[in-house]
Amino acid sequence: MNIYVLVKRTFDTEEKLVISGGKIQEDGAEFIINPYDEYAIEEGIKVRDEHGGEVTVITMGGEDAEKQLRTALAMGADKAVLINTEDDVEEMDQFTSAYILAEYLKDKEADLILAGNVAIDGGSGQVGPRVADLLNINYVTTITSLQIEGEKVTIIRDIEGDAEELETSLPLLVTAQQGLNEPRYPSLPGIMKAKKKPLEELELDDLDIDEDEVEAKTETIEIFLPPAKAAGRILEGDISNQVSELVGLLKNEAKVI
Amino acid sequence: MSKKVLVLGETREGSLRNVSFETIAAAKKISGGGEVVSVLIGDSVGEFGAELVNYGADRVITVEHPHLKSYTSDGFGQAMMAVIEQEQPGALVFGHTAVGKDLSPKIASKLQTGLISDVTDIEGEGEDAVYIRPIFSGKAFEKVKNKGGVDFITIRPNNIAPLEREERSGDVSSLSVDITNLRTIIKNVVRKSAEGVDLSEAKVIVAGGRGVKSESGFEPLQELADLLGGAVGASRGACDAEYCDYSLQIGQTGKVVTPDLYIAAGISGAIQHMAGMSNSKVIVAINKDPEANIFKVADYGIVGDLFEVIPMLTEEFKKVMK
Repeated sequence: MNIYVLVKRTFDTEEKLVISGGKIQEDGAEFIINPYDEYAIEEGIKVRDEHGGEVTVITMGGEDAEKQLRTALAMGADKAVLINTEDDVEEMDQFTSAYILAEYLKDKEADLILAGNVAIDGGSGQVGPRVADLLNINYVTTITSLQIEGEKVTIIRDIEGDAEELETSLPLLVTAQQGLNEPRYPSLPGIMKAKKKPLEELELDDLDIDEDEVEAKTETIEIFLPPAKAAGRILEGDISNQVSELVGLLKNEAKVI
Repeated sequence: MSKKVLVLGETREGSLRNVSFETIAAAKKISGGGEVVSVLIGDSVGEFGAELVNYGADRVITVEHPHLKSYTSDGFGQAMMAVIEQEQPGALVFGHTAVGKDLSPKIASKLQTGLISDVTDIEGEGEDAVYIRPIFSGKAFEKVKNKGGVDFITIRPNNIAPLEREERSGDVSSLSVDITNLRTIIKNVVRKSAEGVDLSEAKVIVAGGRGVKSESGFEPLQELADLLGGAVGASRGACDAEYCDYSLQIGQTGKVVTPDLYIAAGISGAIQHMAGMSNSKVIVAINKDPEANIFKVADYGIVGDLFEVIPMLTEEFKKVMK
């Protein structure tokens, strides 16, 4: 089976955000594989181990993203592709990303494409379904279970807490939800092997894409931190007094009940 | 310049979801005086048309077909594209819901437009509309505008207030669309979320963490939530410990919620949890540990045992709500 996994390099969830010059400061920050993409990588590896074939992880961005690709290779992916957009694309949005990924994937005859259901930085959840639409294949988002028998695919997906069972077929793009699996940690032999696995680097030219074709459709005009919250009020006194004071405050001061 | 705005109405278990009315209110801002047309898709949705008009839709279009009983991106995609073709809107507004999140990228891709997802606020009106959305799970926000073509946004439930309901009049018409070649067949839906109030739309959430200690420990929280017409949520810790289902999880993984009142009981306040609830309007923290992180984002805090405090709180609310 020909399996592709779309991966994004993101800020570590523990990082504190600092904004300067209208941009999020990246200096010294830790980067990770987007946590939802880890589920996608793990599932790709499991499907390959069961049905045979090859797992290729793809990311876009700068040279720095090589580190996350090596981690995916160390987990067990077979090949990696970095589409280096650093020099060519100044402003990207989801249209841009999906267009570039689809141009790369269009002649690869992928049976299964996996991605995270959302990236924890931008948080739009658009790129997976957009890529599927451009490739004219079906997609299923926020999946928590995947079974493949021949062409037939049985899936459970999370719909706002409820579980939907459905059937579809390959070729298919799915996006991973928490609960799909437990992503493995790279083993030491895995890390050693990953160093020798193929990592291809491409630029827009290699995909015959003109910069104008991928110009973002939307524009971020400002990034800001939420207003700092004034320190809350810790109530005092015996518990029953605190409770009645709290109800009074919620009713009369905060006016939420 | 005014523009026509198409919005997607949604139903759930036989009634309209609140977010349907919120999309109409958002559309009014974007339209700059243009027409707001609400679209309802399903196997039998005509009866809901009039209510959307009462909430401010100038017109309602329904697309009904047996193949539209359950949501599929193919079925709803074909229905929506047919309406777009007929109406040629200048903007689109969907809810950032399971359906909206799944369908909007497909429609944006087909229209070759941008899509601004998970909008929590709109600044300016008409042509000057600028959209505010959380990034990094609410640790920061960005202002985004569309560079041209159709404005397309999804709005996070519970953030943009619906218009006042009034008896209004407006046309409700149906469009017949041939729905074919569905590549997904829905077999079954297992309801795991609690009956009644939807977590993402709840005005009040009572959430429990590891401090709840057991499955039955959630019972006093549920009682308080029921009294306040709210829903019960949980931290990842409580879900990992199997005190409750993952469908209740609030946080960076899990649901992001913005209720009017968030009561955190026995939740320490890991950064990942706060990402899912820190934009709630009023936060109350109840925790035995006075050093718990959750007190940093709380408007009001009680240092104490949740099993003592929550039942007392329920009784106190009962008194004032009489």
